[in-house]
Amino acid sequence: MMDLLRIENLSKSFTLHNLRKHISACENINILLKKGEFIGITGRSGSGKSTILKSIYRTNLPEWGDIWYNSERFGLINLARAKEREVIYLRKHEIGYVSQFLSVMPRTTSCQIVEQAVVEMGKDKEYAKEEAEKILKHFDLDRELWDSYPNTFSGGEKLRLNIARAMIKRPRLLLLDEPTASLDNTSKLRVRELIEQLKNEGTTMLGIFHDLKFMEGLCDKEFNMDKGIITN
Amino acid sequence: MERFEKPVLIVKNLRKQFGHGCGECEALESDKLKKNYCPVCGTVYGCQDVSFEVYPGEILGVVGESGSGKSTMMKCLYFDENVTCGEAYINTYKNGESNVFEESSQQKRYIRNNLLGKVYQNPILGLKMDFSSIGNIAEKLIAAGSRRVGEMEERGRQLLEHVNIPVFRIKEEVKNFSGGMQQRVQIAKALSNNPPLLLLDEVTTGLDLSVQANVLDLIKEIQHELGISMIVVSHDLGVIRMLADRTIVMLNGRIIEQGLTDQILEDPQHPYTQQLVHSLL
Repeated sequence: MMDLLRIENLSKSFTLHNLRKHISACENINILLKKGEFIGITGRSGSGKSTILKSIYRTNLPEWGDIWYNSERFGLINLARAKEREVIYLRKHEIGYVSQFLSVMPRTTSCQIVEQAVVEMGKDKEYAKEEAEKILKHFDLDRELWDSYPNTFSGGEKLRLNIARAMIKRPRLLLLDEPTASLDNTSKLRVRELIEQLKNEGTTMLGIFHDLKFMEGLCDKEFNMDKGIITN
Repeated sequence: MERFEKPVLIVKNLRKQFGHGCGECEALESDKLKKNYCPVCGTVYGCQDVSFEVYPGEILGVVGESGSGKSTMMKCLYFDENVTCGEAYINTYKNGESNVFEESSQQKRYIRNNLLGKVYQNPILGLKMDFSSIGNIAEKLIAAGSRRVGEMEERGRQLLEHVNIPVFRIKEEVKNFSGGMQQRVQIAKALSNNPPLLLLDEVTTGLDLSVQANVLDLIKEIQHELGISMIVVSHDLGVIRMLADRTIVMLNGRIIEQGLTDQILEDPQHPYTQQLVHSLL
């Protein structure tokens, strides 16, 4: 299997100038993710899980170390040092990110949100609409919600929309940032089913989860984090 | 790695000073200047060697406090002010090989009329208030070389419809319009010559929330539908978060930080950017 992502000696800390504080978030992280694999990272709040994911997506600026990603467009590229426009391209075409909160443009319906992701890839509007409707159906979002603004949706509905938006691009790498954190048990199970479905479809995923039990039997590899380091 | 796309605009070391400068301040060493002011000769440096690039179809956000040089930079780019020194290259002008700041005033007028559009915070600066909205558009089209009345009227109607100005009011003087409507006419006017680059300077400042939302939606729609690159100046981080892919942060006439907008907002590096982001309500 091809290596899709190789994180080498990644360290990240935050300097809060006004408070004269320096907070170390993660240290010396090494992870290898092969194509089609699903790796889960667990750990308590504040253990540095999200920092790793955000460093890959470049919402955080990695401080030390390298994040080698095997891109379709650029070949092997170090996400820790890649140019901003390259990262924007990869976000639009190759790397999806699903967070626990849905962050979208206001005054945009759920169908338009998903459509927009397709238009960003350079496809025309009609095709985007067709594809959006297909995927919303695939992820079982009630048809009557397609033309509504998602701020009225339940946690589970928002998450399904969030996953649909990320998955419509058929990303080569999907990052899942605690997608189950704010959900009740029934919705959690539904997410587990969705992840299983994605896995069967061959999506390479790196996910962080609070709840170790929830992950049982789903991940190819599991890492546990504590105080910014991987403990197993 | 080779560049995978060509910038629409490249700006290198744009400097704008108000005053003659002296031996003490000309090197722009921060320890010799008080913010952007030279205590020896009184020169104010509005922009201190600002460099950046804008790429096809992207919205570049510019944030910073009042007096940080955002608007001065925009004025220089639209030739409202002459730069003290620096270079700017537009890829659709002479193959992107000619420094537009060094062009003749006639050529600058050509660039302004054909390759750029600008929307000002104050509509008085961007519109002729005694002209109708369609007349304002015709003015820009005539400056860009159009002479056929029928075509201009057709284009004007299309654009005004696009920005939601009611057809029955297009021949009315714009001074009768509300602030939000005037901004929308300004946007239509700026778009009339199909510019590859649009400059938006605090376009939503002073508008009430629902009107602001309307203008922001329009800007986003223009980006999606027409693929025009834009520089959006705002001191409102919410506006920048909503519109911009990349953001530059200015302070005392300098760019102190630039990055992906979500990175600037979630992991700001510079003390001032941190202060700015932490001031968000």
